[in-house]
Amino acid sequence: MTQNQSPSFGRRDPDARGYYGAYGGRFVPETLVAPVQELEQAYFSARADSAFRDRLAALLRDYVGRPTPLYEARRLSEALGGARVFFKREDLAHTGAHKINNALGQALLAERMGKRRVIAETGAGQHGVATATVCALLGLECDVYMGAEDMERQSLNVFRMELLGATVRRVDAGSRTLKDAINEAMRDWVASVADSYYLLGSVLGPHPYPLMVREFQSVIGQEARQQCLDQIGALPQAIVACIGGGSNAMGIFDAFIGDAPVRLIGVEAGGRGITPGQHAARFSGGSSGILQGTHSYVLQDDDGNIERTHSISAGLDYAAVGPEHAWLHDTGRAEYSWIGDDDALEAFQRLGREEGILPALESAHAVAFACRLAPTMARDQVLLVNLSGRGDKDVMSVQKALRPAQAAGGGR
Amino acid sequence: MSRLASTFARLRDAHRGGLVTYVTAGDPDADTCTKILTAISAAGADVLEVGVPFSDPLADGPVIQRASERALAAGMTLRGTLDIVRAVRTRIDTPIVLFTYANPVVRMTPEGFARAAADAGVDGVLMLDFPVEESGPWRTPMIEAGLDPIFLVSPTTSDGRIERSAELGRGFLYVISRLGITGARDTLAEGMGGLLERVRRHSDLPLAVGFGISRPEHVAEACGFADAAVVGSALVNVIAEAGGSAPERAGEYVRWLKSAL
Repeated sequence: MTQNQSPSFGRRDPDARGYYGAYGGRFVPETLVAPVQELEQAYFSARADSAFRDRLAALLRDYVGRPTPLYEARRLSEALGGARVFFKREDLAHTGAHKINNALGQALLAERMGKRRVIAETGAGQHGVATATVCALLGLECDVYMGAEDMERQSLNVFRMELLGATVRRVDAGSRTLKDAINEAMRDWVASVADSYYLLGSVLGPHPYPLMVREFQSVIGQEARQQCLDQIGALPQAIVACIGGGSNAMGIFDAFIGDAPVRLIGVEAGGRGITPGQHAARFSGGSSGILQGTHSYVLQDDDGNIERTHSISAGLDYAAVGPEHAWLHDTGRAEYSWIGDDDALEAFQRLGREEGILPALESAHAVAFACRLAPTMARDQVLLVNLSGRGDKDVMSVQKALRPAQAAGGGR
Repeated sequence: MSRLASTFARLRDAHRGGLVTYVTAGDPDADTCTKILTAISAAGADVLEVGVPFSDPLADGPVIQRASERALAAGMTLRGTLDIVRAVRTRIDTPIVLFTYANPVVRMTPEGFARAAADAGVDGVLMLDFPVEESGPWRTPMIEAGLDPIFLVSPTTSDGRIERSAELGRGFLYVISRLGITGARDTLAEGMGGLLERVRRHSDLPLAVGFGISRPEHVAEACGFADAAVVGSALVNVIAEAGGSAPERAGEYVRWLKSAL
């Protein structure tokens, strides 16, 4: 049986200023420079401390429910007629998505730093729910910023956060989605740095967040790699993961970066098509820029203003991508593609019918890409998909998209 | 000597505090903004800060966020901002400082931006989310183009970083008097005096202090410690409420602020 695997710490650090090649860095207002430096020192000290790592490992096992299974989707594989498709079942982690891995690690860090209040942003609500959960676990005060549009399409998660004792703060600025929630969380933090900890949910923002979030998520790949060796006796030929900020993808890619033959494929949100405002595919429609503390690929206009984005999936609906992905893209170690709203919806339904799993709409983008890729691969080859979250939160959105009349009736 | 250096030298020689005013470029539109800048210069503003509207102003409070939204909706851009500066520069000699987020400048390239800004008549540039550690690639082109790079320091800035900012900065240091985002307050920040004394121990540059200053008595009190006081959100609010008479009202407001100096 597979031994419990832990997150991987300190094996692939960026340079001292937080750069992955040309990307990353620390582009924050002056008041946040010292808090971010303090965070970096606290994080480096925590990850070197075996007591911290042991406590994290114990909670990942007993509270989060790790390791999550590696599951072979036989009916789907058979229907696709190509590679054997396996899912890394992050949807089975406590709170229903990979987000808890990072939220738990950072909340333990907040506690260690003596901060009693946690601020977070959320898009799909999964990071907000995970943060509210670990704050309840550790007795920390929790404020979650969420765009008004996201609150509407993820209303179930709003109520979940409230049940967990968090305060959800509505953001009406800009596009009223994840980007605006991050702006508002940073505005809160710049005024409350003394007693508050900003628990960022993806591999975004100023150094050390992209590193720290990837390392807390690296447990996904550590487990998956060992499970592949134990259950299949080989590494997969390709790994597919969806990418909003890119934390579940970095989490599963990390353990395989040194395995050169393993293809790493990130799937962005193609929305309604690659025209400005209609998608969130940064590697297809974006360019080098600085947003919310980091230098990466950004969707922007000629004047450097950030473009609106669209995706049926709130968790992928964001104008920038984690800086390490930008570096992996430019070096060619990882490949990036996109899937539109319609194909994601189709994959959502197909997985329900053929495997009895309703994936998160975010993860459905990865599933849709896998459905395209698997038939091009040989039957003895392995395609690993990170099933980053479960789809209960999306059932109402999917109903609205597929059966608008019924959804409207149900709302009355 | 740059326009900024000579302005602060003149203020020092006269033992007089200065007033730095912030307005968002293109709010409510380019023409009115040009008139506003001309009017507040005539009313006695010693340095004009011109804010480049940006889609994601994460260091700004609601007043400047709304101004950015109005300006962007009216089509304002970084290049448009430089056009406004060019128009204003033909009428006045007051130093002009561009106040911007990093991305519009990065989009233009540091070299292209520095040449265009200097050509338009900009004197100094202050980038809100570009701390001194990251300043390498843009500072040199600015200095070569004759622009003063200006850094911010705040209550959380260490002594070592104040020294670094003073060493790499020109013109003046912008001292953020309190934690948090931009916006008018009823009272000055507690500990402002102590903060400014600490900054003085590590820098010979003139100091302009801002965040939360909105009344003549604030300006006078702040200038007891600093070389100049910055008024931003309160002035932007005057402009937002004045409608068609914004240039006149902004001029009156600046004269009122100056009355205590």
